[in-house]
Amino acid sequence: MFGYYLELALRSLKRSPGLTVLMVLAIGFGVAASMTTYAVFRGVSGDPIPWKSSRLFVPRIDMWGPSDSGHVGEPPDALDYTDAMALMRDHRAKLQSAIYLIAPSVIPSGAGRSPIPVDGYAVYGEFFPMLDVPFLYGSGWSADDDAHQAAVAVIGDKLNQQVFGGGNSVGKTIDIEGKDYRVIGVLADWNPQPIFYDVLDTGGYGGGDGPGVFVPFQRAVAVNMSNSGVNLCRVEPTESGFVGLQHSNCIWIAYMAELDGAGAVQSYRQYLDDYAREQRTAGRFSWSPNNRLFDVPAYLEHEHVVPSDTKVSLLVALGLLIVCLVNTVGLLLAKFLRRSGEIGVRRALGASRRAIYAQFLTEAGMIGAGGGVLGLLLTGLGVLGVGVVLPARLAHLARIDPSLLMLTVLVAVVATLLAGIYPTFRASRVQPAWQLKTN
Amino acid sequence: MTLHPILAALRKHKAGVVLISLQIALTLAIVCNAIFIIQKRIDMVHRPTGLNEDNLFLVTQQWVGAPDGDDPAGLEKLDSMQQADLATLRNLPDVASVSPIRSLPLLRSGSVGGIGMKPLQQKSTVDANFFFGDEHMLSTLGLKLVAGRDFTAADVQHKGFRDESGPVLTIITKPIADKLFPRGDAVGKVIYFDSGSTPTTIVGVVARLQSPIDSGDSGLAWNSVMFPIRQDANFARYVLRAKPGRLVQAMNAVTPALYAANPMRVLDDRSVRSFADIRARAYRADVGMAILMSVICLILLAVTAAGIVGLTSFWVGQRRRQIGVRRALGARKVDILHYFQLENLLIAGIGAVIGILLAVGLNLWLITRFEMDRMPVIYVAVGVLAVLALGQAAVFVPARRASNVPPVVATHAA
Repeated sequence: MFGYYLELALRSLKRSPGLTVLMVLAIGFGVAASMTTYAVFRGVSGDPIPWKSSRLFVPRIDMWGPSDSGHVGEPPDALDYTDAMALMRDHRAKLQSAIYLIAPSVIPSGAGRSPIPVDGYAVYGEFFPMLDVPFLYGSGWSADDDAHQAAVAVIGDKLNQQVFGGGNSVGKTIDIEGKDYRVIGVLADWNPQPIFYDVLDTGGYGGGDGPGVFVPFQRAVAVNMSNSGVNLCRVEPTESGFVGLQHSNCIWIAYMAELDGAGAVQSYRQYLDDYAREQRTAGRFSWSPNNRLFDVPAYLEHEHVVPSDTKVSLLVALGLLIVCLVNTVGLLLAKFLRRSGEIGVRRALGASRRAIYAQFLTEAGMIGAGGGVLGLLLTGLGVLGVGVVLPARLAHLARIDPSLLMLTVLVAVVATLLAGIYPTFRASRVQPAWQLKTN
Repeated sequence: MTLHPILAALRKHKAGVVLISLQIALTLAIVCNAIFIIQKRIDMVHRPTGLNEDNLFLVTQQWVGAPDGDDPAGLEKLDSMQQADLATLRNLPDVASVSPIRSLPLLRSGSVGGIGMKPLQQKSTVDANFFFGDEHMLSTLGLKLVAGRDFTAADVQHKGFRDESGPVLTIITKPIADKLFPRGDAVGKVIYFDSGSTPTTIVGVVARLQSPIDSGDSGLAWNSVMFPIRQDANFARYVLRAKPGRLVQAMNAVTPALYAANPMRVLDDRSVRSFADIRARAYRADVGMAILMSVICLILLAVTAAGIVGLTSFWVGQRRRQIGVRRALGARKVDILHYFQLENLLIAGIGAVIGILLAVGLNLWLITRFEMDRMPVIYVAVGVLAVLALGQAAVFVPARRASNVPPVVATHAA
């Protein structure tokens, strides 16, 4: 029977090619516009580490107090050195790391090669297992290396290519800011977006190939490798230089902790509050604890990482899809009711209402499929077009993948079927006797 | 022509009428809000920074193996390296003027601090963007001095990058001057930076200088201050003005000249950037979103027009016989044409009324949800006219086809 309906649908669609083309175009464009903006939205608002984001936490401690003019009751956006080090020392989470942005020059060996500027991070060894950072060769460093300020480094694959020509470079020596480091690991491709572990410096998105180098935090501090990211001060440091920054309560350190289970989260909150109370007793803070502990999704939301533009344009695109649906309802209604005579004959010859439903929904489905195929092509064009008009850091996140393609066709077909329900209902209500009489 | 027959006929097509007017209402609501957003974006992108942007470019470079500048000897070494670079750049044939600079408007990195009216004032009166440069800064940037004087060579100090000691002199922008000294007598007054105790004297006021980091319109966007301080660090930035029409030549000459003067430095392909490039990059997301939204609006209007064409064509087909009867009874072609046009105007009118409510509702919701501004009435008014015009344009072809139905159709068997 389905084959027969398909044939009927095809014949009907061919009979009014103009209307058919209109419907397919409307569905195709509507779906493509929605899917293109959805691709951008999905790219920028995606969970950067979906398997673990609910167990990774960002602590915030209010070390500036309520007199700060810029914040209304919210603790500052990062940690100062004192608090970050206290948290590291107490080591209350399963895994944790203080993090700061560095921008050293790497000097390749061999005459006549110019220095390479790299972006990277000073972190603790637990950073790598905590964020499931993938390694091509070797691994991160140990707690022992952290404690001894070992001159070890983890390098990105691109830097590995540039300096060593690729391959397993574990054990080789690399010159960072004029000092020798032993390469202990080479990263596989790793550049999660949004950059959840350093929103303050990056705003959440960075093009390029991700961080090029990691060195132990305490080592970087010891060799005066200064913070190349944001630092915010409420009171200016009293001493100059990087050391002055460390002794100030300026904020410049990102922090991440892994906490497994609600109990661990609860006790960590308790720990943060206890810490703040201790600081109050010690006279450093003169206010009651005002701390936050965000998991990664909540943190990204809190920092407004997803540009609100993307949300608004997704809304506009959804509006377009709805208008396209309303449009399809109208056109299908026109199309189906035009065939009242045909319906009357079929009903008079014994077709049930169900049969009429099946026939017309098949036809709607076919239009949907046609719209879906057109939508696929247009979505492809749309995503390419987005690459031209949007900045690379956002555009490269909008990707076409099988799930997007399937979703496009699915949305087109389901939407058209939904749009077909009312016209089909009307068609099935056609009175056979009345139709036979007037025709 | 009376409306009565049209209304009577519409009652027979309730579903179709509801669908078209709903579609027009949604289109109106979405399009006028989207155009409002697009217009705001365009206005924002076109705001002047206060700079004379033509022929302006920026050089960012990093020294390799330079001292860190935390001790006096290292600091002097860094400063002499920077002075040497400035001399090299000044001698380039296509360069009109040069100043060291820490940041530029729209560059997306810069420093911000607080200004107080009293020494050691804990809570700042106003926050401002800090610009550091020498006596050529104002002229190179092309800023407009509205009161007081420019910095002179004698004013210029040099300090380490992280030296936070208070500056002696400053030039501020007019928005700050107006806020701190509403009587317009800012020049010669003393202010304090970053809760410090060093008095800083205001020597001049410039009309406008946009923030490096805030491309929006918050309080910080136009609050800027300049200091006659050459900052020394292991990296340096220079802002250069090329001679008119010589921008490309000047930009191309920079990298070889700097390498020739001192090869121990890093310059990559993004080290020399024209201000036009900085501006385009800063606003690329805004322009991109505006384009994306415009395209969606165009598709939306096209789909709505297509829907009107489709449904009206259907109605025309359905009413061929009635049209024939009217024609046979003496109606002229133009009467039939007007009938369908009036019918569409009526439906579009209903849609527009609902659409106005939806548009205002959507705007109010966007205000609460996305901190959008209130949409001026003019957008809705223009939107209403646009959808009515769209309806008339879309209905014209099927209406003309209807007017061409010959009277003889009336005699055909139903």
